[in-house]
Amino acid sequence: MSIVKAKELVHEYIRRDEEGNVEMIQTALDHVNIDIEEGSFVAVLGHNGSGKSTFAKHVNVLLKPTEGTMWVDGKDISNPIFTYPIRREAGMVFQNPDNQIVASVVEEDVGFGPENIGVEPDEIWRRVEESLKSVGMLKYRNHSPNKLSGGQKQRVAIAGVMAMQPKCIILDEPTAMLDPNGRKEVLEAVHELNRKKGVTVILITHYMEEVVDADRVFVMDSGKVVMDGTPREIFTRVEELKEHRLDVPQITLLAYELKKSGLDIPDGILTREELTEALCRLS
Amino acid sequence: MLRDITLGQYYPADSVIHKLDPRVKLVGTLVYIVSLFLFKGPVGFLVITAFLALSIKLSKVPFLYMVKGLKAIMILMIITALFNLFLTPGETPIFTLGPLKMYPEGVKTAIFMLIRLSYLIVGTSVMTLTTTPNQLTDGLEKGLMPLSVIGVPVHAIAMMMSIALRFIPILIEETDLIMKAQMARGADFETGGIIKKAKNMVPLLVPLFVSAFRRADDLAMAMEARCYTGGKGRTKMKPLKYSGNDARAYLLTFVFLAVVIVLRIYNL
Amino acid sequence: MSIILDHVNYTYSSGTAYEIQALKDINIQIEDGQFIGIIGHTGSGKSTLIQHMNGLVKATSGAIYFNGQDIYDEDFDLRNLRTKVGLVFQYPEHQLFETTIFDDVSFGPKNQGLTKDEAGLRAFEALKMVGLDESLYYQSPFDLSGGQKRRVAIAGVLAMRPEMIILDEPTAGLDPKGRDEILDLISKMHDEKNITIVLVSHSMEDVAKYVQRIIVMNDGSVMFDDCPSEVFKHYKELEAAGLAAPQVTYLMHELKERGIDVDTEATTVEEAKRSILKALC
Repeated sequence: MSIVKAKELVHEYIRRDEEGNVEMIQTALDHVNIDIEEGSFVAVLGHNGSGKSTFAKHVNVLLKPTEGTMWVDGKDISNPIFTYPIRREAGMVFQNPDNQIVASVVEEDVGFGPENIGVEPDEIWRRVEESLKSVGMLKYRNHSPNKLSGGQKQRVAIAGVMAMQPKCIILDEPTAMLDPNGRKEVLEAVHELNRKKGVTVILITHYMEEVVDADRVFVMDSGKVVMDGTPREIFTRVEELKEHRLDVPQITLLAYELKKSGLDIPDGILTREELTEALCRLS
Repeated sequence: MLRDITLGQYYPADSVIHKLDPRVKLVGTLVYIVSLFLFKGPVGFLVITAFLALSIKLSKVPFLYMVKGLKAIMILMIITALFNLFLTPGETPIFTLGPLKMYPEGVKTAIFMLIRLSYLIVGTSVMTLTTTPNQLTDGLEKGLMPLSVIGVPVHAIAMMMSIALRFIPILIEETDLIMKAQMARGADFETGGIIKKAKNMVPLLVPLFVSAFRRADDLAMAMEARCYTGGKGRTKMKPLKYSGNDARAYLLTFVFLAVVIVLRIYNL
Repeated sequence: MSIILDHVNYTYSSGTAYEIQALKDINIQIEDGQFIGIIGHTGSGKSTLIQHMNGLVKATSGAIYFNGQDIYDEDFDLRNLRTKVGLVFQYPEHQLFETTIFDDVSFGPKNQGLTKDEAGLRAFEALKMVGLDESLYYQSPFDLSGGQKRRVAIAGVLAMRPEMIILDEPTAGLDPKGRDEILDLISKMHDEKNITIVLVSHSMEDVAKYVQRIIVMNDGSVMFDDCPSEVFKHYKELEAAGLAAPQVTYLMHELKERGIDVDTEATTVEEAKRSILKALC
């Protein structure tokens, strides 16, 4: 069953001058068709300005389509009566960890979402505890977010979304401002949620390393979906990726270069182990 | 220096004071501030000191951490003291320096002023360090709720306050950083007259405002994404309920106030 | 030009219960024309370290010499030092403030006491260096894209004609193309203008491709200070310190263990490719 489905989705940012005349139209999404299976881990790749964040904001009804339709869990996002039901089912985590934490104590921030939707206090406490545990942040529940590392703050933000018990979670470049350790922490937490709780994950990123374990990858450029497949299928097409201003993980790139130089190794190598095996077989 | 401001920063600990209802702490702080302006003699001072010492002890916040907040207003305190020292009129000067004369009355006012200011800062930090901004605004929100009948947007004000408190430390850190970055480009924030100094602040203030607006934008979107629609239909994770300790604290506070008033009447 | 850090220590909030020793006995010498990478995880002291190099933070103990002069001497001109040693902070685009790009870039030279013409000349030169389109010079810096803003911010430091530029995570938050553009720009500044470069990063892959020397910071101390291939030999220790060597380093070591005679010092894709082809063909 599909949880997020976009059909011919178009979004235009319109800039007007002081008199209200249209000054510029920028097409951020250009007839996008995407279908995301419930329970899957999907990555949307693209450089800055490729439209991937605009796409993400539609899933949470922070933006509405100019043309076309999107359904989240079968509900049409253009219909205002579905706005809040959809936001409950599709939670969103943003890029800047500081600018999405509302409260000054970790547990109070995680409780913010459930408070907004009118959950009873006892149930809020139960959810807060469960969500913090699921991202490994329970022992920081009484801390101030200002004292946490970037990766920890992002995990708190993820817990804040989980406390609303969504079916789907969209992460809009959650690791762009983190160091390698923080990036690893966040990715591990998200994969764990996907595996253990069956939450659908839509990860928006420009780091290729992060999509290796995804079920499916969409590559976006100039508002269009230009590539679509499993990570292995995508990573085989090195030249194409470069054209879309993305880079390929070192290992994949090396395998590709070696193959081009005439070595007989398989397509779409993703990990170090795979490349080691392939090369040992040759020697 | 900016890092030293402890106001608005929560210090997590498991203490009686931390667990008090924020409304009690708000009333307590108010009473305490009033008492600072009521006392006249050494006995009153002792009573207030005892009250403050008790609160600090019970709060389990290290004393040094609390006093750190004073460093930030050191200059203000020195200036106030100097003004009081030299500008309070009296009869027989004990010290003359050109046109400046110092009277015993001045010394007394200066000392009183210093005590009041430092006690004010330390006392209010007891409240802010033991109460999360959220609790504090919850307390205000609930305490002021009757005003919403006459159209005061109590919830919105409380939410604004709590967000402001959350972002104060972030913006302070950011100020520090922008200042350093502009200094790395040769900016000068120290020398020159008032007008030049004000002009030199532009490279600091513009980026700070831009950043504050960007953060506000981001935060508004994040709150919307988490179904925030204002105060209606909201529940509370930590609803305010008075307990036995709160009653005892109220009692203690008002006994304290009564004692201070009595002492004032007798000029002690 | 040279900078020498001699037994530098730095302690935050010293004397209180919250004392943190951010730098411990740092001894570093930076020579003219070098291209250096400083690597360390968040909180390793690398940002504090670079703020010492242009006198923004004063060491708790120890000495720093710039061209043989003690920068903590009373008659030493710290503002002059800051124009010689340019420091580009993390997310430098957040410090833009003028109404036009050109004015913003002229801010540094003007502070140096140069005439308006001379300051403008330097701004022009710097903007040209960072490759910003001329039609944009008199636009507001706030209308630019993220990558462009960052280039303007770098031009703002470059316009002071520093002898050395320190960049704190200059590629943070950029996409791969933006990252490559900035790194290429930095290496161009080094090659064409002969500016000494100190590049702070947590990406080993980025650093390995460009620098001649790597200083690894861990827990406030210098853990390694050597050329990349030597540093990456310690890939196991690096990992224990929360850092990873480039993927290629791991691969080469694994291949060697499995009996393929490759050069374990290879750190870039190019080097690895050559070495593997040599070993297998």
